[in-house]
Amino acid sequence: MYEGVVQNLIDELGLLPGVGPKSAQRIAFHLLAADPADVKRLAHALLEVKERVRFCRVCGNVAAEEECRICRDQRRDPHVICVVEESKDVVAIEKTREFRGRYHVLGGAISPIDGVGPDDLRIRELMARLADGQVTELILATDPNLEGEATATYLARLVKPMGLKVTRLASGLPVGGDLEYADEVTLGRAFEGRRLLDV
Amino acid sequence: MRVCHLSLTDFRSYPSAEIALDPGVTAFVGPNGHGKTNLVEAIGYVATQSSHRVATDAPLVRHGAERAIVRALVARDDRRALVELEINPGRANRARVNRSPVPRPREALGLLRTVLFAPEDLALVKGDPSERRRFLDDLLVARAPRFAGVRADYDRVLKQRNTLLRTAAATRQGRRRSARRQDDEAAFASAGAGDLLSTLDVWDTHLVRHGAELLAARLDLVEALRPLAAKAYATLAPASAAADLEYRTGVKLPTGCGWSREILEEALRAGLAEARQSELERGVTLVGPHRDDLHLALGELPARGYASHGESWSFALALRLAAYDLLRADGGDPVLILDDVFAELDGHRRTRLAEIVAPAEQVLITAAVPDDVPAELAGARFDVTEGNATRVR
Repeated sequence: MYEGVVQNLIDELGLLPGVGPKSAQRIAFHLLAADPADVKRLAHALLEVKERVRFCRVCGNVAAEEECRICRDQRRDPHVICVVEESKDVVAIEKTREFRGRYHVLGGAISPIDGVGPDDLRIRELMARLADGQVTELILATDPNLEGEATATYLARLVKPMGLKVTRLASGLPVGGDLEYADEVTLGRAFEGRRLLDV
Repeated sequence: MRVCHLSLTDFRSYPSAEIALDPGVTAFVGPNGHGKTNLVEAIGYVATQSSHRVATDAPLVRHGAERAIVRALVARDDRRALVELEINPGRANRARVNRSPVPRPREALGLLRTVLFAPEDLALVKGDPSERRRFLDDLLVARAPRFAGVRADYDRVLKQRNTLLRTAAATRQGRRRSARRQDDEAAFASAGAGDLLSTLDVWDTHLVRHGAELLAARLDLVEALRPLAAKAYATLAPASAAADLEYRTGVKLPTGCGWSREILEEALRAGLAEARQSELERGVTLVGPHRDDLHLALGELPARGYASHGESWSFALALRLAAYDLLRADGGDPVLILDDVFAELDGHRRTRLAEIVAPAEQVLITAAVPDDVPAELAGARFDVTEGNATRVR
């Protein structure tokens, strides 16, 4: 244990994702040794991001204004909504340039262990967006792990009565990979999700 | 299959150790507490990524060290694979195969297969059902490493579902109490679990999917083990009543012999529906492979509670021998590890066991005194004292 303030800083840093006690200690001592101006800039950036950045009124993505860049863009297809867990998933999908519809960011996945239920996610907002009948397809792009799958199943059941097309991102083999290197679970999934080859 | 070389860093009592191993029989002989079992435990760890002695990884790391490293050079026919495992208690372990990191440690499973006999095996017969479930699941993983994933997924869904049920049960009790206080009969009656349960159906779907896969695999496995275990038991204890195995599940299986994944999923779903009310009250999942048991019988009587000490020992050995037969039939002789087993056996069973295991490609034995190693199993010998293993023969 270090003197009060130093230990406080280490504790706070240790709460950040991906930072363990050793890393927290390293960062703390780096900051102690750093130029005061640099540290001020960092502190300012931290405060600014909390004050200035907000979440899009429509989709829940991070935004600098009331609505995010994608929701304001009139060229985006309003008939398709892609549901993701986090804002960073939006960035990942945007990089593909394959998707021209709108997004909906849930803010996580259903996970009782972490105390996250459907009410803690932006599901009510999603249902409100779907209510006017303009949306014809819902793409469920939650993570391909247990919690993501459970969230996708939950949403699919919830919107079933609305009669719109619900799709789930495919899971399976990585592009450009070798079949022999795929692990059994992924390969098994790829078999389950195989499709007709149209020629 | 055999281990050509074992190398340890900060594993248990060993700061470091380099041990070259030959095919055939190798005995590690030394006083208790000097580190014989640690050596074979390390080899077992490479095969299963778990220890036969402890449930967590922390005791495997030498006191004061941050991580332990186990390296094993494994030869199968003419091919060699170097498996390296870094054990990090409290964090994810890491694995390398032939000096390349693999994304998940469990991808290094299956390169080495072992069957380990140890005094702890007595718990297979005398212990809780969880011991026998673990025996079945470990064997499933040894035969098809894919099941490590199935098992992990099932455990995860179960944990999520149990948390949900527990939270729901707590909320419900709280509501009932407050309804009663306010003398509100209607609220008391309708104090259901509420919104928390809106996701229960979703977890059911996933529990059923993974649970049926595990259940199907276990049922097939027990069918395959049954004749092998009965035969092994008859060899070890010819005078005793016949040994039999039966998989007992709380899921109502359809009568008749055949089952498919679809039928099991249906049965599991029906079981969950039936147990729903008591699950809500108790806040725990009451149906599924995590509640099942492998029933062991000697003649008409259950082995647990009725079998003598000697019979229990023979039964435990018979289960391991059946596992060995099964793995051998899949191709690739597994490495046999006999940890302090002979001292527990009488003369007859000692000879029988020695005869059965002698032809294996590699047999590793630990014993406190040289006399505990049967004459049939004479081979290389290491003396282990105070954390040093020295080859003497």
